[in-house]
Amino acid sequence: MGLEEKLPSGVLLTTVEGLAGYFRKASFWPATFGLACCAIEMMEFGAPKYDSSRFGMEVFRASPRQADLMIVAGRVSQKMAPVLRQIYDQMAAPKYVLAMGVCASSGGMFNNYAIVQGVDHIVPVDMYLPGCPPRPEMLIDAVMKLHDKIQSTKLGAHREAEIASNEKIALEAVPTSAMKGLLR
Amino acid sequence: MSTTDFPQTGGSTDPYAQSQDTTSGPVFTVTGQDWDEVVAGVDPDANERIVVNMGPQHPSTHGVLRLILEIEGESVTEARCGIGYLHTGIEKNMEYRTWTQGVTFCTRMDYLAPMHYEAAYVLGVEKLLGITDQVPEKAQVLRVMMMEVNRISSHLVAIATGGMEIGALTVMTVGFRERELCLDVFEMFSGLRMNHAYVRPGGVALDVPEGGLDAVDRFVALMRKRLPELAALCNQNPIFKGRLKDVGYLDLAGCLALGVTGPALRSTGYDWDLRKKQPYSGYETYDFDVITRDEPDAYGRFRIRLDEMNESLRIVEQCVARLRTLEGAPVMVADKKIAWPSQLAVGPDGQGNSLEHIRHIMGESMEALIHHFKLVTEGFRVPAGQVYTSLESPRGELSCHLVSDGGTRPYRAHFRDPSFSNLQATAAMSEGGMLADVIVAIASIDPVMGGVDR
Amino acid sequence: MSQTPTGGTQEPSSTAVGGEEVVPSEARTLEVVEVREGMFGIHGSGDTTGYGGLQRPIVMPGASRRPFGGWFDDTADQLERLLGESIGDGAVESVVVDRDELTLHVRRERVPEVCQHLRDDPALRYELCTGISGVHYPHETGRELHAVYHLLSMTHNRRIRLEVAVPESDPHIASVVAVYPTADWHERETYDFFGIIFDGHPALTRILMPDDWPGHPQRKDYPLGGIPVEYKGATIPPPDERRSYS
Repeated sequence: MGLEEKLPSGVLLTTVEGLAGYFRKASFWPATFGLACCAIEMMEFGAPKYDSSRFGMEVFRASPRQADLMIVAGRVSQKMAPVLRQIYDQMAAPKYVLAMGVCASSGGMFNNYAIVQGVDHIVPVDMYLPGCPPRPEMLIDAVMKLHDKIQSTKLGAHREAEIASNEKIALEAVPTSAMKGLLR
Repeated sequence: MSTTDFPQTGGSTDPYAQSQDTTSGPVFTVTGQDWDEVVAGVDPDANERIVVNMGPQHPSTHGVLRLILEIEGESVTEARCGIGYLHTGIEKNMEYRTWTQGVTFCTRMDYLAPMHYEAAYVLGVEKLLGITDQVPEKAQVLRVMMMEVNRISSHLVAIATGGMEIGALTVMTVGFRERELCLDVFEMFSGLRMNHAYVRPGGVALDVPEGGLDAVDRFVALMRKRLPELAALCNQNPIFKGRLKDVGYLDLAGCLALGVTGPALRSTGYDWDLRKKQPYSGYETYDFDVITRDEPDAYGRFRIRLDEMNESLRIVEQCVARLRTLEGAPVMVADKKIAWPSQLAVGPDGQGNSLEHIRHIMGESMEALIHHFKLVTEGFRVPAGQVYTSLESPRGELSCHLVSDGGTRPYRAHFRDPSFSNLQATAAMSEGGMLADVIVAIASIDPVMGGVDR
Repeated sequence: MSQTPTGGTQEPSSTAVGGEEVVPSEARTLEVVEVREGMFGIHGSGDTTGYGGLQRPIVMPGASRRPFGGWFDDTADQLERLLGESIGDGAVESVVVDRDELTLHVRRERVPEVCQHLRDDPALRYELCTGISGVHYPHETGRELHAVYHLLSMTHNRRIRLEVAVPESDPHIASVVAVYPTADWHERETYDFFGIIFDGHPALTRILMPDDWPGHPQRKDYPLGGIPVEYKGATIPPPDERRSYS
């Protein structure tokens, strides 16, 4: 009945990396870092209609020590930036950052003295989610993509190799500003 | 070092002296492990009174609010608010955008009541232009309807987050579930769930969509069933009452001195509601009551919010009835040099100018094309002067001070945000109470930090 | 709606769009704030629009003369009685009536006194100070920084505005926190953004910007501070460096 019947001689094989990735993504606790309008959409993501609980994410941990994902939801002002960095530093690895909304991704419509033009100036971002504010469905999509990323993360020596190769790819990649003639 | 270096120490020059008397009281210098001895020997209260920072990142401070509390055991002796963690410079940004683009900025100040902010700003622009009487009736009715639905959604968030902050998570899930119904109405009418740039100078951006009025009817019917559920969950709940009763007490004199308006002022029994006292946008023609209570504490404010939602539903019903008689009426002012040129429609790539409008400006009317171009790129010019418009947002009196220098951009736009003034009452409400009551007191004021910090 | 003044005031017929104010009759003076030349924001040798010779005076509503209309006159009379001075010489420099709103221009040292009268006198009774904010007029030398006080009378259901002008070199205004405690944070905000120092304020510090922020952001000479946005070969300048039409 079920899985056991499909297995040859009742044995299930997987990798440690696969298992670790599965556990990490299936119980992926966000830290409360709701700042502005996106925070409300993030709360809607936790609300019954766009239930985040089905992804194991309904507990928004207030303490960064217990959180895996920091969803920076909203505009980060110059005064808030050190606080953001401090919370990020207090999170325990493995930790991920999702920049929710255009204000977190790039400063958004507020291109001025008071707003940090993208939280990637302060913390390393794993997923950028545009929108003003992004619908909860868009947030779910970003979380799903993050889940894929986490599931495929390697461990140990493989991880170090992965990090090195990612860095190499990023350094050799064409920067967006140099992709001329393609305004689509 | 001369004596003038440390004037406050009355001449003592040694910064490492064990203790010295200064103008701000005795100052003790401890170096290393003698901390406990010095402290214990000196001030009997010293190990009782500590300064606690409920920092900007906190699940219960209703947004990015920093509370600096000096507490003695569990009671708060001093409470101060640190704000500015969400300061976006919106007011300065508006000086670099046209009058119509300003709507998209002011809407993001208080993200829970965007329609009210848009309306306050637009009423100001219309007053400066002098077209307040020329705004079509349908636009006025739509504005009122959207503002009242916004009031419901804002009060729901206030109750939901208030409940979450005291640990009543069911209140939060219920509140946000109902709010989704409000957001569906917004999405249907303006295209966006939040931060809609719906109210624009001269009218509103979009006409009533097909099936919109029926959807609002269904919304009202469903809310009339659901709001009593919320009331039944909370009103007589002994824990809820125990947490909220006699917490955050602020009587009428305190409210007026501190400039507190909105549900907090009405909880003292004074029925000050700008919708009745200084009506705008046709509010004097609607039949609704101003809710007051004689309990100036958190519980009274909570009950007021619940009842205000019911009154808002009454107004929405009246709006729908009027809209049914206004089929085909314009939603923008007739003056083509101010009216936003296009009506929006949802196309294959999202919401944009309706194809009908594009056909009109490209094929039929050169004037319409020029108007469209000039209004979208340059905007209209507003005669010089300054105005101050006020309206009743869910949190209190929201006012917009606009200064125009005759150009296409606001010279100065300042918003008197209700949360900014209401939050000043934190100290008066919390000092002397317990630490947990600070949370409840602030939740009962319901500040939205986007509005506080702008 | 606040009560509209009946009769007396002649407002300039303001064209809804098109720029120039029609110069009105003698009921009120207009203040020329600056003169704009050209159109589309282009000046100098690059101007090929053909509108280079266009000169538009920007006129702000200036001092009004009696009668102001409606309850404005009563308020002015009552204030004259309480202060013992007439409008124009003394605490109140001038009165502007524009778009159904009453603005009193007050001298900076006399602000708390005027506020006290406005709050306490039964005929005036402006119990609530709804807010204080600043406006920066850099071209009005000697009177660049304006602090605008908005007062609301709940008893009489009306509003009034007080405007105080101070020079940038000496931006001190007496604080009204003793009269209206709610002004505390508003004055701090005005100090934060405009640098107006309110003497007598219990704790005048920055409130919205970080405590050690240099400069006063909402002044006109403070840049908006944006960065150019690059995307796929195109660069969009920040909003304060883009083309402006006025």
